[in-house]
Amino acid sequence: MKVEASHEVEMKGKLITGADLLIKTLVDANVDTIFGYPGGAVLPIYDALYRNDTPFEHVLSRHEQGSIHAAEGYARVTGKPGVVLATSGPGATNLITGITDAMMDSLPLVIFTGQVAKNVIGTDAFQEADVMGITTPITKYNYQVSDVSDLPRIVKEAFHIATTGRPGPVVIDIPKNISANITLNDFEDDFYLPGYQPTINPNPLQIVKLAEALSRAKRPLLLAGAGTLFADASKELKQFAEKYKLPVTTTLLGLGTFPGTNELSLGMAGMHGTYAANMAIYECDLLINIGARFDDRLTGKIVDFAPNAKVAHIDIDPAEIGKNIKTDIPVVADAKKALIALLDSKIEMQNNFEWFEKLTKNKQDYPLWYERTDAPISPQWLIEQIYNISNGEAIVTTDVGQHQMWAAQFYKFDKPNNWVTSGGLGTMGFGFPAAVGAQLGRPNDLVVSIVGDGGFQMTLQELSVIKQRNLPVKVIIVNNEALGMVRQWQESFYEERYSESLLSENPDFVKLAESYGVRGVKVDQEADVIPTLQEIFAYDGPVVADFRVVRQTCVYPMIAPGKGIHEMVGVTK
Amino acid sequence: MKRIITATVQDRGGVLNRITGMLNRRQFNIESISVGASEVEGVSKMTFVVEVSDDQKLEQLTKQLNKQIDVLKVSDISDKAMVARELALIKVVSTGQTRAEIQGIITPFRASVIDVSKDSLIIQVTGRPDKVDALIALLRPYGIKELTKTGVTAFLRGQQPEQVTELNSLSI
Ligand SMILES: Cc1ncc(C[n+]2csc(CCOP(=O)(O)OP(=O)(O)O)c2C)c(N)n1
Ligand SMILES: [Mg+2]
Repeated sequence: MKVEASHEVEMKGKLITGADLLIKTLVDANVDTIFGYPGGAVLPIYDALYRNDTPFEHVLSRHEQGSIHAAEGYARVTGKPGVVLATSGPGATNLITGITDAMMDSLPLVIFTGQVAKNVIGTDAFQEADVMGITTPITKYNYQVSDVSDLPRIVKEAFHIATTGRPGPVVIDIPKNISANITLNDFEDDFYLPGYQPTINPNPLQIVKLAEALSRAKRPLLLAGAGTLFADASKELKQFAEKYKLPVTTTLLGLGTFPGTNELSLGMAGMHGTYAANMAIYECDLLINIGARFDDRLTGKIVDFAPNAKVAHIDIDPAEIGKNIKTDIPVVADAKKALIALLDSKIEMQNNFEWFEKLTKNKQDYPLWYERTDAPISPQWLIEQIYNISNGEAIVTTDVGQHQMWAAQFYKFDKPNNWVTSGGLGTMGFGFPAAVGAQLGRPNDLVVSIVGDGGFQMTLQELSVIKQRNLPVKVIIVNNEALGMVRQWQESFYEERYSESLLSENPDFVKLAESYGVRGVKVDQEADVIPTLQEIFAYDGPVVADFRVVRQTCVYPMIAPGKGIHEMVGVTK
Repeated sequence: MKRIITATVQDRGGVLNRITGMLNRRQFNIESISVGASEVEGVSKMTFVVEVSDDQKLEQLTKQLNKQIDVLKVSDISDKAMVARELALIKVVSTGQTRAEIQGIITPFRASVIDVSKDSLIIQVTGRPDKVDALIALLRPYGIKELTKTGVTAFLRGQQPEQVTELNSLSI
């Protein structure tokens, strides 16, 4: 990748276009990849890209939703901000799902949208959309550039806001006259954001309180969310848990922040969490939440969530503390800083051997289970084979539905930042483009995209991108010929009235892949699963593999909506 | 409970939209918002009168306001010594016969007549919201043709007593 700025872009005091200035500011921000799609309002920017010899990688998606989910995947696995460029009107509105997704899951994105020229804004001009209005509630912040001299500062601010504190998406809307007009290249980019000063270091008094609570606890539990990943705090989390022998459960988005195979790990908690994790939440007397936001899919019925526990909550976003769950010990801080402070505290623990024994027994007595059949394939068994054959080291992206939950349950993530899924928004169509971004961000890692036959069809046009760039993404379709998760809810809560949830007219995914020039394989016998996985994981190119799985399989255990965390069904066969 | 929250905000495009949109989306019950310039250039002052069900909701409100990038400072001044004022313009039906009578009603409120026509008067009143409401109630029987209120704007008093009396703190 070319990351040095071309000579032309570097020259100060020279007359250049606003678009050239934008390219230069992106180079200054160390951007190495942008995900985009051209159109009228961004033609000056695309022209500047061309004239400046594309000083960073531009990835042309086949739909703007593909661009933004790819940017999310890229951001999630690299820790760097994902950068997106789209045109005005329909280009911008095609990004909305992804922007909302990034907002919900706190992903750092900087998104540039073209806008009609300033003199026609507000006249319903061709391809005009009120991007500021539309994106205000779904961004951490947004800007419309009204003076080109503000552009370098705005870009710098945007990267700062997107990547610090609680990360999130920032939109910069650029009217066409701003990018097209000639300007002098010597603007200031210093910025001052007096209203934005995230609290990084914990209040020592709160750490003392937490340490005291821990020293009194007989049944302590750590709950780790994605905040620990953003804070790069997985190492400290492990040290802390191991130092005091504290059992750990994670949220869906927190998977991998604590090794799934560690003896202290209880696995994922929540609606489809493990029995051991959910019962630990129900029975603990001290719950220490580090960087999770107590989402309702985690908590179930609020009154039954950790009913016997003192709750401590470490979060960089103070507004998350006390929002859903009453909190006794709030700690506003970066997760890593808070964990370091806790590791530095002297804590005399109670004997919690009994608690640990109980949890271990729960793990042994009530493991995740499934029924194994050989034709078609059991979906959970398929995930286990993916786990085994990739040595647990793949980057796994998923779409949304049953396959997502099975991936979360049966792929034991031991390392942070290898798990990419849409949690808060639950966006079907996320998984495959996210894999494109993940593979671009980590070219040397095996990227496996586990998708449903439904969701894959929402964004599969991105097959062109993996073909064009020969990105060796392995798409695993968990094909149950259904909108499986919907079908499951209809089975459980709507007396098996399968309204619009069966997909009997799926395409031939093998031929479909082949039409894009991508290798396609279909597997419908258990005996073929392992050899096929071995072969395609070793293959140096993209593959779409259509695995025919049992159609009726449901995800268990499950906490039905409105039920408490201890009221799981399907804990055993 | 009714609370008065003030916020100073950086004057940037869309800031009002961002804040009111957030309050609306998160289902906070806003009775009035007033916005205007402050003593610092580029900084505006917003005053919210809100109805919240409990302390937890109130805490959420101030936290969500504080979280906004453009918000510099949020204060709940409801329990402090403060002055809260609003302005109302009231166009009331009045013929020659009732004019003197209406004048008699508004004088104790230190309201003034700012426009007279054949069949109506426009009255301007400023003051504590309860006072403004009391005057409106008294004028209602004459027939109010048009009414507009600015919403409350509020300040802490220069001196904060040890104990805030009810008289100081309330009446909003
Ligand atoms: C964009 C979008 N539309 C609808 C839904 C609702 N929804 C959740 S899961 C699901 C079914 C997904 O089917 P599939 O992709 O085949 O995955 P499966 O559950 O069968 O594994 C649907 C429709 C959603 N999450 N996202
Ligand atoms: Mg399906």
